[in-house]
Amino acid sequence: MSLLDLSDIGKSYGAVQALSHVNFTVAPGEIVGLMGDNGAGKSTFVKIIAGVFPPSEGTVRFDNEVVHFHAPVDARNVGIEVVHQDLALADNLSAAANIFLGREMHRRIGPFQLLDHAAMERRSAELFRELKSETRPTELVRRMSGGQRQAVAIARTRLAEPKLILMDEPTAAISVRQIAEVLALIGRLRDQGIAVILISHRMPDVFEICDRVVVMRRGRVVANKAIAATSPQEVTGLITGAVEMA
Amino acid sequence: MSDFANVTRMPWHSRGFLASQTAYVSLALLLLIIIISLIAPTFLTFGNLSNVLTNFSYVGIVSLGSTLVIITAGIDLSVGSTMGLSAIVTALIFQALGTTGLAHIPGAVMALSVVGGMVVGGFIGLCNGLLIARVGLTPFVTTLGMLSIVRGLCYAITGGQGVNITGADSDLFFRLTDGTLLGLPVPLVYLILLALLMAVMLHHTARGRHVFAIGGNERAAGLTGVPVTGIKAGVYVVSGLTAAFAGILVAGWLGSVPANLADGYELRIIAASVIGGANLLGGVGGPLGAIVGSALIEVIRNGLVLAHVNTYWQGTFVGAIIIAAVFVDRLRSRRLH
Repeated sequence: MSLLDLSDIGKSYGAVQALSHVNFTVAPGEIVGLMGDNGAGKSTFVKIIAGVFPPSEGTVRFDNEVVHFHAPVDARNVGIEVVHQDLALADNLSAAANIFLGREMHRRIGPFQLLDHAAMERRSAELFRELKSETRPTELVRRMSGGQRQAVAIARTRLAEPKLILMDEPTAAISVRQIAEVLALIGRLRDQGIAVILISHRMPDVFEICDRVVVMRRGRVVANKAIAATSPQEVTGLITGAVEMA
Repeated sequence: MSDFANVTRMPWHSRGFLASQTAYVSLALLLLIIIISLIAPTFLTFGNLSNVLTNFSYVGIVSLGSTLVIITAGIDLSVGSTMGLSAIVTALIFQALGTTGLAHIPGAVMALSVVGGMVVGGFIGLCNGLLIARVGLTPFVTTLGMLSIVRGLCYAITGGQGVNITGADSDLFFRLTDGTLLGLPVPLVYLILLALLMAVMLHHTARGRHVFAIGGNERAAGLTGVPVTGIKAGVYVVSGLTAAFAGILVAGWLGSVPANLADGYELRIIAASVIGGANLLGGVGGPLGAIVGSALIEVIRNGLVLAHVNTYWQGTFVGAIIIAAVFVDRLRSRRLH
């Protein structure tokens, strides 16, 4: 029983066929790695699942229902959270403000709804503790290191109870110690029954944490194998084209 | 060893509000007031202060709206023209309704005239907002075009003649726009109330936070579900409304509305916002900055007048202050990095 089911997905931008005939499934509590070189179509793939734009062809099913996302908020509402490659943070706001952006907590003062700063800061501090990150909720994102910014972006996905978390290159710009923490966190997500799609170009990370790996090249899926059934050499070959399909 | 063993907090004077441009400009304003009071004792007389406070309130009120737009990384060049057209429409409705039966209902003519003027300002803002937020035109060009369109309408509608505010309710109108409340000029009272409202909106509501988010990273704001189009259009509507309100207050002060009311004011208003700390790149700004920026410009102009400097030099001085303000801000942020 799959949580997310993409069947025969295609996406074209004018002359460029970014995706064609893509079939992809993720089961609850599964960690799937998505690999591919630049131009393979990974970003387009992410954006379709995240609800940024619809596919040109094919259907997306989530929780066994056909879904049409018109905006990222639609994807969030069904339980899909995304950590974007550039983290999608507003530098001029604090960590807590970024975490709660679009989902602010309020308190009533008479007939007015005002922001509940204390509650948001408290919850943010809790989330950072869970992530084992030393980030102050009131600090401006502008002043933060790569690892702290990553923590803010990941903490944001923990606000609602997501069923699927999509992470686009989460370990690309952080410290070595932080990488271990992020991978451990992804493992903990799996233990809670949350499915994770991990887009990464770092072979050791994918082979350490993923159950399955999907490789894309030039907009098509060229391999969809259990991690145990493949090797870093084969995956590298698939990415570059030395190995056609597997 | 903790992650941040080699990182401590910045000294108190280098973080938070005290490190902001608004704080620096406030300090400059205070020093300037002290210096001018010492050089020209007439500065602190009731009459002169009343003048200064009244004049700066008009710019301050529109600066509030203008700051809001600048926080979203936009700009509204049409505010001066909007002030003019709103004032003209208010005066015209005053004239038109003054001879009808409504003149017998106290306050009715005034209420409708003011509402009419505000609707004009809001509508101009809405046009700007939709063109910028929905169609995607750049704010500078759109509001520049609107500046000319609206100013042209000012002249076309009035035929270049002034429009007097007389007749029914005009005394009430003058008292509410040009009177005093507890010794303070009424425009200043409105400015303070609007500034407080804006402060609460910006810092204590989700909408306000979204305005900052759009200025900081519009793409991120869109991805997290912030209604970007609605808010972007909305800030231009607010800008138009503050311009209309200020224009109506100026009409009350003048008693008669010339076609060129507030001609060129947009530069003063934007200068006030920028000097006060609103960054044209977006994401930074606030009502305190708008007030301090407007006050600084007006105090300088007043100081020049009291020092008997030729009025033609005022523009040059204001321009120099704009550059000085952003220059100091640049030095300050370089020091912090």
